[in-house]
Amino acid sequence: MTCVATQLSNRTLVKGSRSTRSTIALKLTMAISGLVFLGYLILHMYGNLKVFAGHDAFNEYAHHLREFGAPMLPYEGLLWIVRVVLLVALVAHVWSALVLTGRARKARTAKYTVKKNIASSLSSRTMRWGGLAIFIFVVWHLLHFTIGKVNPDGGPTNDPYNLLVDSFDVWWMTVIYLLAMLALGMHLHHGTWSAAQTLGLTNTAKSRATAKRVGWVVAIVIAGGFALVPLSVLFGIVTK
Amino acid sequence: MNLTLKIWRQKDASSAGAIETYQVQDISPDMSFLEMLDTLNEQLNEAGQDPVAFDSDCREGICGTCALMINGQAHGPEVTTTCQLHMRSFSDGDTITIEPWRADPFPVLKDLVVDRSAFDRIIQSGGFISANTGSAPEANSVPAPRDKAMRAFNAATCIGCGACVAACPNGSASLFLGAKITHLGELPQGQPERDSRVVAMVGQHDHEGFGGCTNIGECTAACPKEIPMDVISQLNKDLRTAMKHGL
Ligand code: HEM
Ligand code: SF4
Ligand code: FES
Repeated sequence: MTCVATQLSNRTLVKGSRSTRSTIALKLTMAISGLVFLGYLILHMYGNLKVFAGHDAFNEYAHHLREFGAPMLPYEGLLWIVRVVLLVALVAHVWSALVLTGRARKARTAKYTVKKNIASSLSSRTMRWGGLAIFIFVVWHLLHFTIGKVNPDGGPTNDPYNLLVDSFDVWWMTVIYLLAMLALGMHLHHGTWSAAQTLGLTNTAKSRATAKRVGWVVAIVIAGGFALVPLSVLFGIVTK
Repeated sequence: MNLTLKIWRQKDASSAGAIETYQVQDISPDMSFLEMLDTLNEQLNEAGQDPVAFDSDCREGICGTCALMINGQAHGPEVTTTCQLHMRSFSDGDTITIEPWRADPFPVLKDLVVDRSAFDRIIQSGGFISANTGSAPEANSVPAPRDKAMRAFNAATCIGCGACVAACPNGSASLFLGAKITHLGELPQGQPERDSRVVAMVGQHDHEGFGGCTNIGECTAACPKEIPMDVISQLNKDLRTAMKHGL
C-alpha cells in the first residue's frame, strides 16, 4: 500500500481560495459575455429583417446606423462602440472556453471503453465544436459583408441591399449561412439555459423548466429570424 | 443466466491496466450485482487467480461505497446504487463491461477500486457548521421553514458516491458540491459560514482537479439519490453572492 500513501500525501487542503479564481467565475464570464452576444444578435436580426421593407428602407437603416448619435458621436461612432464591446466579450468568452476545456480534459485523462450519454442534449455536447464553427463563420461573415465586401455575382458592393441579394442568389452562399444558423441555434439552445443555471437563476424545478423552454424559443427565433433572409432571397421573395 | 464480463484489471495505482474477459454461469436474476461479482471471485479464488477488487460496505444503498461503471452508466442501468442493482436488469447471454470511475482526482488503486478521498477533503474544507459542544441543544430552538427544511433534507440524501463525477463528460463534481452547499445553506445553522463555505469548497474542488460544469445533466441522470440540477444553480448563486461580499 506504499503507493497509496504517497498518492494521498500529494493531496492537500488549499488555503486562501478566492471566488474570483474559481471555475465558476470562468463560467460566469462565459455566461455574461454570451448574453452580450445574444443582445447584439437580437438587434442585428432586427436590422436584417428590414430587408423585407425594401431596398430603400434597408439601405436607409444601414446608413442611419453609421450616423447614429450625431453630432455627439462621430461617424460610425456607435458601430465602433459596439465593435469594441463585442471584441472584449469574444476574447473573454473564448478564453474562458479554452481554460475550461483544458480543465475538463485534465479531469479525465483515462477514457471509458464504454460510456453512454443518457440525459444530455446534442447541443450541450457540441458546445465547444459548435462555438468553433460559429467563430469561423463570424470571420468569414465579416470578410464577406464588412471588411472584404465580396460579391460572388461580381456586381457592385457599395449598395448593402443589392450586395445582400446578389450574395444569397448563389446557392452555396445560402448553404453556408444556413449551416451557420443551425450551429448558432444549437449553441443558443443549450447556452441560454446554461447561462441561466450559471447565473443561479434556476433554483426550482419550475424555473429550470422555464429556462429550458426559453432556450428553445431563443434558438428558434434567432436562428430562424436570421435564416429567413437568405431563404427569402433564394426563393425569390426578396429581389432587386 | 450466463454472462460474459469484461472487467478492468489493474494491479495497483502505478501499473497500467487492461480489460479482461470472464464467463459466469448460473447467475440468479435475484442476485444483486455485487453478489454476482462475489460469485465470480469465488470462481477466481478456486482457480488460484487474483479476485477482482471492488468496493462495497452497507450493501443497502446508503453508504455510497459501491462505485462501478456498468456498460457505460454509473451504477448501471437503473436509478440506484450498484449494491441495489439486481441481475434481473440484465438478460441471459449479455456482455457486461465493468470499469472503475474515471476521473483523475479519483485515481484507481486496484482493479475497480478508486480513491475518493478528494470528496473527503472537499467536505473538510467547508462542508460543516460550527456548533458549541456540551449538552445537546433543544431540538426545535432554531425554527426552519418547512420548504427550506425539505430542500435541505433532499439535498442531504447525497451519499457521496461520486456517480455524478463518473458520468460527467467534464469530470466535474458540481452536483455533489451543490448538494452539500444547498443542504447546509438552506438551514439557519448554515448561515454564519455560508460565504466562506462555498468559496473554500469550490476552491478545494478546483484544486483536486475536477472540471467545470457545463450544465449538461448527465450527473442528475446517474445520481442514485436523484439530486436535481437546481442544487448546481444554488451553488453558482452562493458563489456569486460570496463574490459580491468580496470573498
Ligand atoms: C467564438 C466562438 C464561440 C465559442 C468557441 C463558444 C464556446 C462556448 C462554450 C464552450 C460554452 C460553454 C458551454 C457550457 O458551459 O455549457 C459556451 C457557452 C455559451 N455561449 Fe458560446 N461560444 C462562441 C460563440 C458564442 C456566440 C457568438 C454566442 C452568442 C450568441 C455565444 C453564447 C453563449 C452562451 C449564452 C453560453 C452560455 C454560458 C453558460 O454556460 O453559462 N457563444 N460557448
Ligand atoms: S450528488 Fe448523487 S451521484 Fe453525486 S455523490 Fe451525491 S449521491 Fe452520488
Ligand atoms: S454498498 Fe453502500 S451504497 Fe452500495
